Amino acid sequence: MKLLAIDTATEQCSVALLQDSECIDRCIPTPRGHTDLVLPMIQELLDESGYSLKQLDAVAFGRGPGAFTGVRIAIGVAQGLAYALGLKLLPVSNLAAVAQQAAGRLKLAERVLVCMDARMAEIYSGTFALAVDGLVIPASEEQVLAPENLVLKETLPRIGMGTGFRAYPVLRDLCEGMVIEENALPRAREIAYLALRDYKAGLGVAPELALPVYLRDQVAHVKAS
Amino acid sequence: MRVLAIETSCDETAVAIYDSELGLMAHQLHSQVALHAVFGGVVPELASRDHVRKLLPLIEATLKQAGIDHAQLDGVAYTAGPGLIGALLVGAAVARSYAFARGIPALGVHHLEGHLLAPMLEADPPRYPFVALLVSGGHTLLAKVAGLGQYQILGSTLDDAAGEAFDKTAKAMGLPYPGGPALASLAERGRLGRYDFPRPMLDRPGLDFSFSGLKTAVVVTLRQLQQGGAPLDEQTRADVACSFQEAVVETLTAKCMRALKQTGARTLVVAGGVGANRALRARLLSMGEQRGIAVRYPRPEFCTDNAAMIAYAGCQRLLAGQQDDLQIRAVARWPIDSLQIPQVTTVSSN
Repeated sequence: MKLLAIDTATEQCSVALLQDSECIDRCIPTPRGHTDLVLPMIQELLDESGYSLKQLDAVAFGRGPGAFTGVRIAIGVAQGLAYALGLKLLPVSNLAAVAQQAAGRLKLAERVLVCMDARMAEIYSGTFALAVDGLVIPASEEQVLAPENLVLKETLPRIGMGTGFRAYPVLRDLCEGMVIEENALPRAREIAYLALRDYKAGLGVAPELALPVYLRDQVAHVKAS
Repeated sequence: MRVLAIETSCDETAVAIYDSELGLMAHQLHSQVALHAVFGGVVPELASRDHVRKLLPLIEATLKQAGIDHAQLDGVAYTAGPGLIGALLVGAAVARSYAFARGIPALGVHHLEGHLLAPMLEADPPRYPFVALLVSGGHTLLAKVAGLGQYQILGSTLDDAAGEAFDKTAKAMGLPYPGGPALASLAERGRLGRYDFPRPMLDRPGLDFSFSGLKTAVVVTLRQLQQGGAPLDEQTRADVACSFQEAVVETLTAKCMRALKQTGARTLVVAGGVGANRALRARLLSMGEQRGIAVRYPRPEFCTDNAAMIAYAGCQRLLAGQQDDLQIRAVARWPIDSLQIPQVTTVSSN
């Protein structure tokens, strides 16, 4: 089993190649260089592993939420590759990818809250819980909202992850007592692990049916004339 | 050389396949006009989102139309600019990655080079050099086309594009988006010469255009006519539309004549959505007949945005040995004068 994962949804560009349980990856911070970097980075992984694209079994990508254009670069690259190779796509939540970075520090069923800076005074947020296989599963709906409107349910998360905590101090007050990691960005490595689970569960989709998840869908207004 | 081309620079998703031996094999287009109509103009974010949904099914439909599969393609061309950056990126990311996975060359193509070379898709293509008038909602320019990569911009608009002037004037007259074609058909019922609108920049030397003053003149006239508060009767509206159209047509025609005289070219090619305007076509044809100039139009579907022209331009450049590295290229602005003649690569034989 060989799986390629791509993420370009935030201010870093990352790719990962997972074969069975071994993962190699690349991660480069870049505000706007994703389009220059992503394919050469994939080529590097192939060169290092000695595999060719034709040997892949599936392609995974960060399907959002994140920067609109960044999310579309990831899905565009993933679609182009998967369509050319006749492979299924595995869309993975960028919030889950961030949550997965905390998995090693969670006990079974413990929760992690992810808050990514969504700009425009809002955050993308979701809560995840650790499952028996060591991977996180969603414990809430993903949403875009003003940080001050975030409501924590009865089971309090133990860890808070994401750039939302850096951008909006109000979240710090709301999440008092939680361990906060404010610099966490989604990475292809965790996307690959989460995608492998979905692949085994038969959740791969045809490339033309994969869709980004923007969460923020009110992007145009009809002018009153 | 058989090339798959993808065009997503604005509000049309388009895919085509061109073969250097067989010619155009297939072309498909999805227009987003209905999606943007309610907003009265193209909303870039919505355009980008729609390209994502439509692009792969359109590629599949184009392959099916051509009756070929992935393995029978030799290269990929895509519009790399100029255009809406978010929209361009959708096509560029898919196109470049697809070529990478297929192991075939890819090339980012200049959108306007596509338009300038669109007449070469016809069975009886014009001979170089020719003068091209490109008039659409996004562009108004005159160029001398001497060959692949040999474009000299003779003049362009300093403000609104001609099609933009049509759309904005239509909006001022209460016509629904996109109003240009509606304004043109209203003009056909109008009486010529009822209103005297300016012929922008006609009294000045050079080949540049300016249409925003003309649009303002129409708006001012409409305001004066409506001073009583009563809505304008249909004939008056048609007369205003007719006089507006006449001003645009006369300006464009006069500049074309100047450009032909200046360059000595004997062929005029008219492309872009406004190129479909009947009054403009009739005037340019009669001008051509009087002066022995061949006036040529690409077929209507290749006048507006399409991927066939990108496939043609990309194929010529790929044939000449030009190709991109692994970068996904998308640029909102890209001066066409910066394009170069592709250098034919020769394989050394020693």
